[in-house]
Amino acid sequence: MSTATISGRKKSFLSGLPVISHVNKSVGLQRGMLITGLVLTGLFLLSTVLAPFIAPYGYSQLSDASGSFPTQEAPSSKHLLGTTVGGYDVLSRVLWGSQTAVTVIVVAVAMSIFLGVALGLLSGYFGGWLDRVLVVIADAIYAFPSLLLAIVMSIVISRGQSSFWGGILACAFSITVVFVPQYFRVIRAETIRLKAEPFVESAMVLGASSFRIITRHIFKNATRTLPLMFTLNASEAILTLAGLGFLGFGIEPSSAAEWGFDLNKAMADASSGIWWTGVFPGIAIVLTVLGLTLVGESINDLNDPRLRGRKRAGGKASRSKATAGTDGKNTGATTTPEPEAGKA
Amino acid sequence: MTTLIEVPDVEPDAVAPKSKSAGGGLGRYIVVRFFLIIPTIFILVTLVFFLMRVIGDPITAAQGGRLPPDVLAQRIHDAGYDRPIIVQYFEYLGQLVTGNFGTTITDRRPVVEMLSTFGAATLELSINALIVALAVGIPLGMIAAQRRDRATDAFLRCFAILCYATPVFFSGLLLKLTFSVWLGWLPVAGRVSTRTELAMGQLAAPTGIYWLDALRSGNFNALGDVVSHAVLPAVALGLLTAGVFLRLVRTNVIGTLGKDYVEAGRSRGVSEFRLVTKHAYKPALIPIITVMGLQIALMLGGAVLTETTFEWKGLGYQLVQYLNARDFVAVQGIVVLLAVIVAFTNFVVDVVAALIDPRVRY
Repeated sequence: MSTATISGRKKSFLSGLPVISHVNKSVGLQRGMLITGLVLTGLFLLSTVLAPFIAPYGYSQLSDASGSFPTQEAPSSKHLLGTTVGGYDVLSRVLWGSQTAVTVIVVAVAMSIFLGVALGLLSGYFGGWLDRVLVVIADAIYAFPSLLLAIVMSIVISRGQSSFWGGILACAFSITVVFVPQYFRVIRAETIRLKAEPFVESAMVLGASSFRIITRHIFKNATRTLPLMFTLNASEAILTLAGLGFLGFGIEPSSAAEWGFDLNKAMADASSGIWWTGVFPGIAIVLTVLGLTLVGESINDLNDPRLRGRKRAGGKASRSKATAGTDGKNTGATTTPEPEAGKA
Repeated sequence: MTTLIEVPDVEPDAVAPKSKSAGGGLGRYIVVRFFLIIPTIFILVTLVFFLMRVIGDPITAAQGGRLPPDVLAQRIHDAGYDRPIIVQYFEYLGQLVTGNFGTTITDRRPVVEMLSTFGAATLELSINALIVALAVGIPLGMIAAQRRDRATDAFLRCFAILCYATPVFFSGLLLKLTFSVWLGWLPVAGRVSTRTELAMGQLAAPTGIYWLDALRSGNFNALGDVVSHAVLPAVALGLLTAGVFLRLVRTNVIGTLGKDYVEAGRSRGVSEFRLVTKHAYKPALIPIITVMGLQIALMLGGAVLTETTFEWKGLGYQLVQYLNARDFVAVQGIVVLLAVIVAFTNFVVDVVAALIDPRVRY
């Protein structure tokens, strides 16, 4: 929205400039939510990097120098969070699980952004039959339950094989198929809007090639919202990965630690009162998704003047300003009510 | 989901005042919207068909390795899976149009019969969950909007995000641990205990929706049994959607609370409570109805996880079983049915949205 966001976008992943500007812009509760989110996300990334150093055992380690690990053992000094039915150390698998999650998110979101942006730009700029076909397909996929699509895709891609990269790629591809339509829609809509802007028209008049107009003039302006979508989609990607793992279409325990799979195995334990095998991986999922969602949501709210927290002193004044901003936007707001939030 | 139709040719302000022609306009809109279902279903059917065939023919997938090669080849030939894939595709489309979904490979049941048996269970779960979601989400969203930026609002917003961040199977696990294992109040899994199931099996023409059947049998023990089984899955799945509803109601009520007519009401001395529940709430409902379509899709996805968590024998539970058995005829049937359900709910939602808000119409 603001110029700070636009100019800082390129550096966002390195210096975190936009995030800092958001922290400065926020007040009270909103700031609390944003900072909580940042802390949780930071912890998640930290455990990804440090997993090899802080995890007491390997993710598929079943024994150490003193012999095999006991199965379904309650939390103790040797196994801080207990052991699973298969004899894995719960704490180690929770820590290593963050690595799997990050890998899948990065691969999946990178692929979806690449495909979604490319298709969205082409479809929005050139229009015609390609545009119509792509829109109909994207809508059909978008309307369908994303988890079901991911299940079908993972079966097709992995065909039962479950090595580390095989499993990761299967999950990532499945999530990509679900996400591409989302990016496609956003970028296409932006492209159509930008195409009518005077600066694009003047570029056309000057005789710039379509390729140049798309890459130089439209691309930069249409992709402003991507960092936000990335944050929101990252949490969704984690949920989809966990869902796949829970249903048994994810990654085998010997190739990588995956929270959803551990919860699947923990379901049977729960009936006999063994809680530690399921509760800890579950908490890991919840905290990670919570952190990413809080960051995404807060940034989204801060970019939207209607939702931005009001500073106490200027309560009345800013309310009337917010009203003025609402009128023009209202129809748009009613037709696109948080599609990101709707699909989990 | 209005987003299925591209909106550029809608002129919101121009259409709204001239509501005299609304009757014809609405009728035309419904017809046009109805025909838009067809490409949606067609694309999904095509997608699923070819995805499933990429793996190979269904008989090898399900029974390869267990049958001698010549028997396998004979079966494949009998079922026509050795013909060109395009021929098979058009034949499949033809069968779908006549309502023939084929026969499952693993347990040799007609797919249509399988779908209606398990579909009832999924329908029951979805209805229960939707009730929970609406009962929790809408009032809490209104409260959050009214107490905007106060502690209540902060708490409710965190609750909403927590609802979204918790996977169904984890909330299911926690609910199970708390209410079934530790407190022992509710059953761990399943739809009904065996005794009740037998009792209800004697009903003529059972609907498959258990609380309906239990009501018809007039047996209150049976009804209690059914309800006690239904609570945890409904709450687990319902809370997921409740968070979405809460946030949506909050955002939209805040939006309408800033409108001039609400300000006018406030200046006339209408109470804050009445402003929220009467004035600001109704226009805020329209986007909720629109989002319901998306929520149905989310719920069907969530139902797969919920059913697996609670061994609720519905379409989602069966889908996972059939996938593990590599029975792709059954899988295809389930996925196509779900696609049809999603497309039709979106259609209904769009029509309802058009009835409420004339600006949506063509």
